[in-house]
Amino acid sequence: MDPFLLEAILNGILLGGVFALPVLGCNLVFGVVDVVWLCYAELVMVGMYAVWFLHTQQGWPLMMAFAAALPVVAVLGVALHLCVVRPLLGAPPINQLLATGGVLFILQGGAMLVFGTDFRSLGVEMPPMEWGDVFISGTKLAAFCAALVGAGALWAFLKFTYIGIAIRAIARDREVMPLMGVDPRRVYLVASAVGGALAGLAACLLVVQLDVHPFIGLSFGPITFMICVMGGLGNMPGGFLAAFLMGVIVSTGGFWWNTEMSYVIAFAVFIVVIFARPQGLFSR
Amino acid sequence: MKAEAGSTLVLNGIRAGYGDFQALFDVGLRVSPGEAVGVVGPNGAGKTTLLRVISGMVRPKAGTARFGEVDIAATPSHELPAHGIAHVPENRRLFPHLTVEENLKVGAFIPSARKRFAERAEYVFNLFPKMAQRRHQLAGTMSGGEQQMCAIGRALMCNPRILLLDEPSAGLAPLVVAQVFELVKRIREEGLTVLIVEQNVAQVLRVVDRAYVLDAGRVVAEGAAATLAADPAIRNSYLGGH
Repeated sequence: MDPFLLEAILNGILLGGVFALPVLGCNLVFGVVDVVWLCYAELVMVGMYAVWFLHTQQGWPLMMAFAAALPVVAVLGVALHLCVVRPLLGAPPINQLLATGGVLFILQGGAMLVFGTDFRSLGVEMPPMEWGDVFISGTKLAAFCAALVGAGALWAFLKFTYIGIAIRAIARDREVMPLMGVDPRRVYLVASAVGGALAGLAACLLVVQLDVHPFIGLSFGPITFMICVMGGLGNMPGGFLAAFLMGVIVSTGGFWWNTEMSYVIAFAVFIVVIFARPQGLFSR
Repeated sequence: MKAEAGSTLVLNGIRAGYGDFQALFDVGLRVSPGEAVGVVGPNGAGKTTLLRVISGMVRPKAGTARFGEVDIAATPSHELPAHGIAHVPENRRLFPHLTVEENLKVGAFIPSARKRFAERAEYVFNLFPKMAQRRHQLAGTMSGGEQQMCAIGRALMCNPRILLLDEPSAGLAPLVVAQVFELVKRIREEGLTVLIVEQNVAQVLRVVDRAYVLDAGRVVAEGAAATLAADPAIRNSYLGGH
């Protein structure tokens, strides 16, 4: 096989791992609360700024800055739920979308106000891995492994804890939950915190690969929602698989055609999928 | 705070409904500890609404509903299981994509039940040995009768004082219906207080001590199950004259 194609496929899988976290986070929140956080990528942006600020401005060790970003964005997720989503739970979906879309602009504007429009870099780079003719970025590989660990932790949380099982249950039938002593409002809060924490983890993995700026969310927000819809909105395993599929499409798109067109190819594939399977690729 | 073991369920002058539609008119009902009571009547008589009032899913517009010391109308519905009220809803409402054990875990969500999960699960598996075999099976893949066992098991996980059963025989084949009423008998023998709502009047009158006949939102008759079953008027109106 052409080493460049092999490299593009491997890079695509690594990229898919990073896409997977925000996709899982969005799906979790949507599945439980039934509201799409349109500002999800901007929560990731806030997490990226948190890591950058704590590491380069406050001199925190990188690992400590990472560890702090998770709770920071988790709290932001809870605040988003309490201040914006909860008051609109009974409202038409379009109002909920507009409200979380409004938060997107507030976060963008806020970041611009506080940090300016400069591209901020962490300046961390790990040595590349090399097998014969194939080169893989060490940073990307580490980010991929961390993403898998994060996804695994989420799976274990949903599979083995009482609140995790209740989260999976409420996604199917919310009216019946109080009969089991479950307060749906509490489950919504937990899901929002976990959804925020996943954005925080995604922020840690992205900030080592990309410079952060107030509009960084636009570079991966749209594709995150695309992957969610492709995998079936609210369908966690479907979204997880679709993330890798999309990662490989974006990455090899550059190989087949050129890098500038890779997202165009990804959107074209998305449109075809949506026509063929509007319920999502992996829905049962 | 848990309701006393000897809690009595007392409803007085309950009026309830949905929006402008009134489903219950001045309904009174009493279930003493250890009793099995039936509520029978035709479709649309308000039986399900009555159970939903008792589990806090529907707020009465007037009247009082108490379980021991607990004022049901003033307690959020998700707090009632901790007071010993467990409700097996109409159509079972299992989580079909979760395993039997996971369904039981949702039933054991309240802190007092979580602590005793192993003990409660063993109790349910003793009562319904089939559920032990099906422990890791997805609930949605089981037969209707097994799903009813799982739904009752899920409700029993929180160690309730009173079990509310809404149409446990609905949608089941006649042979399975008989099995479900066997289950109800077994639960009774465990000393649990049971309030059961059924359209299947003939069957339910065989397993309960007393029953209320509900029609168009009003209690039109009440008494010992045997008396009601023998009453010609009841037989003609609700038992199809058999």
